[in-house]
Amino acid sequence: MPDGYLQIFIFLAIAIAFPTVTILAAKLIRPSAPSITKLEAYECGIKAASDSRGRYTVRFYIIAILFVIFDVETIFLFPFAVRYKTLGWFGVAEIVVFLAILIVGYVWAWKKGALEWV
Amino acid sequence: MLDTIFFYLFALLVVGGGILTITRSSAVHSAICLIGSLVGVAGLYLLLHAEFLFAVQIVLYIGGIMVLFLFVIMLVNLDEAARERQFNGQWWLALACVVVVGLQIAWFMRKGAGAFKLAPAAAAAASAAKGNTEAIADALFSEYLLPFEIASVLLLVAVVGSVVMAKKRI
Repeated sequence: MPDGYLQIFIFLAIAIAFPTVTILAAKLIRPSAPSITKLEAYECGIKAASDSRGRYTVRFYIIAILFVIFDVETIFLFPFAVRYKTLGWFGVAEIVVFLAILIVGYVWAWKKGALEWV
Repeated sequence: MLDTIFFYLFALLVVGGGILTITRSSAVHSAICLIGSLVGVAGLYLLLHAEFLFAVQIVLYIGGIMVLFLFVIMLVNLDEAARERQFNGQWWLALACVVVVGLQIAWFMRKGAGAFKLAPAAAAAASAAKGNTEAIADALFSEYLLPFEIASVLLLVAVVGSVVMAKKRI
């Protein structure tokens, strides 16, 4: 067991168990009388016009995939950040080269209009 | 003792999430179950002292790739597919294959149990001297410097590829 994680794991286990037990207990105790009316929007709510699972625009996909790519870039910055002092200017040069190559792609995607939302 | 309990809890999360992922008929439900499975894998990384990998698992897989999965699911309308019968009559064959492969793996793990021995003392000493992320940083910025720089080129290719392929469809 890694030091210091025991408390977190126990906290996590309790945090997961609490809502699970509560919801299951409520499900066992409460009376069940489902009807269509109960599923409708209440009073001032707007009635659903269509199904929520429609097709989304491809722009969401481009933004999501660019997010994943720059997420990977961010992950690579973490090892540099914790060893910043030890690596010195050598590390800075390395990370600048790493970022420069990716910023080329970022600027290109920007110029290409991939980040535009029109 | 306690870490064994937590290992089995996380393993249950991984396997249970995986089974739910392949059995749900709604693709969105499958994706949510896959998130649960990946959280279990992250917990296993933490049990193995791999804190950096844990962070990568949470930030990248659960935060990034699952969002991408959900957007892909929403992009291609799966409503018609969800209404159709997805499970054909060959599930028993698949189950038989799983059992055979599982028995094989169990057999080889029993036979070659000695090969799985790690050096716990060395690993513990290394992680005690410096953290997991620091160790990765040292390896990344000395031994694996070129792969690290090439990784940025790989990411650049991914940027260009995704934009070019998606732009055509707009």
